[in-house]
Amino acid sequence: MDLNLDAPHSMGTTIIGVTYNGGVVLGADSRTSTGMYVANRASDKITQLTDNVYVCRSGSAADSQVVSDYVRYFLHQHTIQLGQPATVKVSANLIRMLAYNNKNMLQTGLIVGGWDKYEGGKIYGIPLGGTVVEQPFAIGGSGSSYLYGFFDQAWKEGMTKEEAEQLVVKAVSLAIARDGASGGVVRTVIINSEGVTRNFYPGDKLQLWHEELEPQNSLLDILNAGGPVPMAM
Amino acid sequence: MTFTIPIENGNGVKDAEADSQRTLYPYVTGTSVVAIKYKDGILMASDMGGSYGSTLRYKNIERVKAIGKHSLLGASGEISDFQEILRYLDELILNDNMWADGNSLGPKEVHNYLTRVMYNRRNKFNPLWNTLVLGGVKNGEKYLGMVSMIGVSFEDNHVATGFGNHLARPILRDEWHEDLSFEDGVKLLEKCMRVLLYRDRSAINKLQISKMTEEGLTVYEPYSLKTFWEFSAFTNPTVGAEGSW
Repeated sequence: MDLNLDAPHSMGTTIIGVTYNGGVVLGADSRTSTGMYVANRASDKITQLTDNVYVCRSGSAADSQVVSDYVRYFLHQHTIQLGQPATVKVSANLIRMLAYNNKNMLQTGLIVGGWDKYEGGKIYGIPLGGTVVEQPFAIGGSGSSYLYGFFDQAWKEGMTKEEAEQLVVKAVSLAIARDGASGGVVRTVIINSEGVTRNFYPGDKLQLWHEELEPQNSLLDILNAGGPVPMAM
Repeated sequence: MTFTIPIENGNGVKDAEADSQRTLYPYVTGTSVVAIKYKDGILMASDMGGSYGSTLRYKNIERVKAIGKHSLLGASGEISDFQEILRYLDELILNDNMWADGNSLGPKEVHNYLTRVMYNRRNKFNPLWNTLVLGGVKNGEKYLGMVSMIGVSFEDNHVATGFGNHLARPILRDEWHEDLSFEDGVKLLEKCMRVLLYRDRSAINKLQISKMTEEGLTVYEPYSLKTFWEFSAFTNPTVGAEGSW
C-alpha cells in the first residue's frame, strides 16, 4: 500500500451551508489528506472572508487557501471604499471571478455563506468551473455524495438556528462515517445579525451510526465490567 | 541564439504561453432546450437541472433568460460559460440603451453578436461550452436561431439542443405548422419535453416555459409533467418468458 506522501494536499472533505430563519450555518469536517495519509486531522475548513461572510473550502487545499486569501484582500479594500460591510453576494461574485477565470488551473469547490442587512442570511455554491448558484442549502466535497438523499429527505424551509445546526452536525457526521476522505471533528460557524459563533464537535461527542461501537479505553475495561461472558472457542 | 534547457519537474515541461485559458471540459451542465415559433411569437422550454457529471446536482437553475426587450436566450452546456455570456450581453444591452436613440437590439442582432463570439472563441481553441437558442419578436417579425460551441449558426422555425436534436426535432418536423395557437404550441413543447424526460438521463421533471411576443416576455412558473408507466408490457415484462427482460 503506497502512502504517496508527495501527492498534492487535498481536502477530501464534507462541507455544508444551510440557511435558517435569521441567518446561516456553515459546517465542515477537519481532514486534510496527502494521498492515503492524513496530513492534518484537525484542519479548519471554514475560513473568514469578512466579519459577516465565511467560506467553506473543499478540493485542493492550496487552491482554496490562495483563492480565499485573494478574496479576503479584495473584500478588505472593497469594505474600506464602500464604507460599510460587504454583502454576501459581492463576496460570492469575487470568488466566482477567480474560479471562472482560472478554471483550467484551480481544483476547488467552495460554499460562501454569510449575513448582510440587505438580503439576510444567504448561501452561494461555487462548484468546479465557476458557476454560482444561490441555494437555500448547499453541500460539497467528496463526502457530499452520501448526503444528497439525506438532505432531500431531512431539509425543510424555515428551521430555527438550533434545528439548522443539528442538521448540519448530523449530516457531516454521517458523511464522515462513509467517506474515507472526510473525518476528524465537526466544525460549525453560525452567522446572523447578532454576529458569528464558532462551535466544535469532537469525534467522540457525535452520535453513533450503523456498525459503530461505543469507544472504550481498553478491552480490559470491558472484561472487568463483568457483563456477558466473552466468546471462547 | 538562445538555447533553452527543458526543466524536468513532476509535471513535465511547461511552455509559458501554452497554458492560456482553454475550456477543456464542462463541469456543471444543462441539458436540452426546445423552442418553436408560434402565431404570436416564440415559445421556449427547458428543464431546471444542472448536472455535475452523472449527478443531478442542481435543480433550480434557470436556463432561459430575457435579453433586452425583444429576445430570449436559452442555453445548454456549461452553466458557468452561460453565466459569462449573460454578462457579455448585459454589457451589450447596457451600451445599446445608453445611446438613448429610441432603437433597441433585436433578436437578429443579438444572434449575430453571439455567433461572432462563439466562432471566434472556437478559432482560439477556447470555446464557450454551450449551445445557445436565441428567439424573439421585433416589429411583428418573429425570429428563432441557434449557435453551437463551434460557431455553427442558423435560423429555423423550430430548434432544439443536445438530446433534443435527436428526440424533439423529429416530433417538431412532423407536427409543427405555421400559426400554431398558444395552447397547441405549449402542448407540442410538452410532448417533446415529456419524451426527453423519459429518455434523457440528465433531464429532471421540473420545467419552465417562456413566451416572447410583441407585447413582451412572460416566464411561466416551474412545473412538473405527469408521466405514464402503466403499459401492460411494463407492468409484467417477463410474463411468458421468465428470465428475459
